[in-house]
Amino acid sequence: MTESAQSKGYGRDQVVEIVNSVISKVERGAGVDRAIYEQLQALKSIIDDARKELGTMRSADIQEKHIPTATDELDAIISATAEATGTIMDACEAIEEKAATTNVGDEVNAEITKIYEACSFQDITGQRISKVVSTLRDIEDKVAKLLAVVGDSVPAMDISDEGEGEKDGDASLLNGPQLEGQGVSQDEIDRLLAEFD
Amino acid sequence: MAVDKNMNVLIVDDYNTMLRIIKNLLKQLGFSNIDEATDGSMALEKVQQKNYGLVISDWNMEPMTGLDFLKEVRSSVGAPYQKVPFIMVTAESKTENVIAAKQAGVDNYIVKPFNAETLKTKISSVLGDF
Repeated sequence: MTESAQSKGYGRDQVVEIVNSVISKVERGAGVDRAIYEQLQALKSIIDDARKELGTMRSADIQEKHIPTATDELDAIISATAEATGTIMDACEAIEEKAATTNVGDEVNAEITKIYEACSFQDITGQRISKVVSTLRDIEDKVAKLLAVVGDSVPAMDISDEGEGEKDGDASLLNGPQLEGQGVSQDEIDRLLAEFD
Repeated sequence: MAVDKNMNVLIVDDYNTMLRIIKNLLKQLGFSNIDEATDGSMALEKVQQKNYGLVISDWNMEPMTGLDFLKEVRSSVGAPYQKVPFIMVTAESKTENVIAAKQAGVDNYIVKPFNAETLKTKISSVLGDF
């Protein structure tokens, strides 16, 4: 729908009604340019197709499942890299202290400096990922607005879990790495395996 | 004039990793009195309470950015911290960013990622050789 139509408060059905009205008037009118009539018919066809597609694409999944999952995964990357970087730096600081008491302190410190420099990747990647998360949230917001406009009027379609996104065989098992709280711990895995013995 | 490595240095960044990196690199360069802040408003409080010989600040922070912090510092006419040497360390590498920082009164500008040598060079350009 055009911004103009939206700003005037037209719903999707109203737009379709207007198009149909124009088409019928053009059909009744004498001496009307055939090209205009064909353009309007094409426009009506596009709107009908869009309705059908919205009904089949499970648009709500984009807002309710796909984007939240993607942002959670990206947030998990930031947390994991921050934690790993912290551990690396803990180790570097410990080595630095120990090296200070040896006669190779300067050489060790030079190498430690390179590690510190390399650790700045976490800041850069974190900022980049945050930008992607922000973009995804913008898309989520726009999808929500789109659904609010057309959601109630799309034809009811089969939205069972079958179809798009369904995986077979091993592929259906490949959903890792799991986010915090979604998987089981190594201890739980050990206990589970022990039950097979 | 020799650089007093006992001077107070304030580093400002919202990423703990970067604070640790800069702090450790400064320690390797011989600076020992290093304070930290995680955004511009916290940093502003610190410069109002203590004399610093150098501020090294990130740009992209919330709620107060490094640029706003710099502007607050430079606009505090008569305050002891108004002319504190200020180095911006940021991932923002567009020309307009550098120009905006310079117009706000930054003394030098380091683009992330950076290395120890770059940090030393920029500090020297602001404080003098050491």
